[in-house]
Amino acid sequence: MIELKHLYKSFEDKDVLCDINAVFEKGKTNLIIGQSGSGKTVLIKNIVGLFQPTSGQILYDGRDFVKMSKRERVMIRREMGMIFQSAALFDSMSVLENVMFPLDMFSDKNEADRIRRAKFCLERVNLQGAEDKFPGEISGGMQKRVAIARAIALNPQYLFCDEPNSGLDPKTSLVIDDLIHDITQEYQMTTIINTHDMNSVMGIGENILFICDGHKEWQGSKDQIMTSTNEKLNSFIFASDLFRKVKEAQDLEQ
Amino acid sequence: MFIIEGLASFGRYLELMGRTFSVPERWRMFMKQYVKEMIQLGVDSIGIVLLISFFIGAVICIQIKLNIQSPWMPTFTTGYTTREIMLLEFSSSIMCLILSGKVGSNIASEIGTMRVTQQIDALEIMGVNSASFLILPKIMGMVSMIPFLVIFSIATGFIGAYATALLGVITVDDLTVGLQHAFNQWYVWMSIIKSLFFAFIIASVSSYYGYTVEGGSFDVGKASTNAVVRSSMLILFADLFLTPLLS
Ligand SMILES: Nc1ncnc2c1ncn2[C@@H]1O[C@H](COP(=O)(O)OP(=O)(O)OP(=O)(O)O)[C@@H](O)[C@H]1O
Ligand SMILES: [Mg+2]
Repeated sequence: MIELKHLYKSFEDKDVLCDINAVFEKGKTNLIIGQSGSGKTVLIKNIVGLFQPTSGQILYDGRDFVKMSKRERVMIRREMGMIFQSAALFDSMSVLENVMFPLDMFSDKNEADRIRRAKFCLERVNLQGAEDKFPGEISGGMQKRVAIARAIALNPQYLFCDEPNSGLDPKTSLVIDDLIHDITQEYQMTTIINTHDMNSVMGIGENILFICDGHKEWQGSKDQIMTSTNEKLNSFIFASDLFRKVKEAQDLEQ
Repeated sequence: MFIIEGLASFGRYLELMGRTFSVPERWRMFMKQYVKEMIQLGVDSIGIVLLISFFIGAVICIQIKLNIQSPWMPTFTTGYTTREIMLLEFSSSIMCLILSGKVGSNIASEIGTMRVTQQIDALEIMGVNSASFLILPKIMGMVSMIPFLVIFSIATGFIGAYATALLGVITVDDLTVGLQHAFNQWYVWMSIIKSLFFAFIIASVSSYYGYTVEGGSFDVGKASTNAVVRSSMLILFADLFLTPLLS
């Protein structure tokens, strides 16, 4: 479980995040949604420690990440996996080497066991057979899946995804979403996903945090989102014609 | 303004070096990277070093023989001068200037691309000290390969000089006597010592410019130019201070 308490973040001249309070539960896919520029990436970067928050607390199962010493941070990072918007695979390494990298770095298992584990993770994301390819030689969807395999190699407690579906077609997006959802349940991880893809929201939105201009506007589940009366939220989700129609159809039924 | 900015970036450079020089988390991974960098930065540079040294050795020999030596100078002048130029300046300073172009841009663009494609962030999130993991093997690889490059450069420079004998510019005997005349072994060591400093400058300064890129591919290009320009300037400055110190 990850908790945010009174989280603020400003850059020199600009307040990007303002008093964010939230709880992200274990074993659930927690989504952060919001318009482009609303501060989703900044929020997730604060949570994983790529940015230092201006003030506030970030609690990893009660452990305050902001106040931690460098050593403690390094330790807790071994429990984290992250999937970047651009996949961020190491392009000088093959697919297998990419997935093995965290194991090579931090696991004390012998080489055969590390290879076995990496192959298992690749199988988990349905990528057997691509071990020897390089990131430049595989499609964007496959890169994302390799990134997922790399992120779960060390059995992390916490999984972070910054727009896992950007640049993917709707069908592949669905595959990635389901994969993340299944893995989250299977390993009981605390998963936080940044997205502005409404399909993901309706598909795997077990706990949704909506931010608008750096403020938390709304929090709830996908079942509550359609019936919410929050104006900003409605103008965000019903920007899409499709969702307006879905909503109208729902209203008619009732 | 200019000075303050310079000092600020020097401070950031020192901070980065502080993070770079820490004990590797996994020696196995460090050794793998180290060997890779020795090959990429050192072995792959042998070709250009040999080529340039050969021609410079030959051209220096021709220039001195044809334009400087005259009948009332001793016959060893050409060989002697060629040797001193190669040993004192060319094989260390000029060669490192050339390498700063090749190696510096390679390092800066590699690390810079890793930065803008978030590969460095990915390392950090895993809990890897990205500075140490990426930069230390490059510095160590470059510093441990440079003495070989210097020695190869000196040797091929002399081979180039001998090659001019084939063109009939100078006789082999004159050249041999000249190359051996009043030989001071310390000059070879001086060349190697200077090159160690230059290698450190090339690898660390270029890594700094790559590591601190912000933005996209355009900024990677700029960083790579900066890396070459700044490391060349620093090599020249360092040469100015090291030469009297070591002489
Ligand atoms: N390093 C930074 N320095 C200064 N301002 C920043 C920095 N990073 C982000 N910002 C600002 O913070 C705001 C939020 O940016 P952020 O990247 O979090 O948006 P986002 O919600 O992730 O958008 P998108 O959906 O397009 O990715 C933007 O206005 C941006 O200009
Ligand atoms: Mg973003």
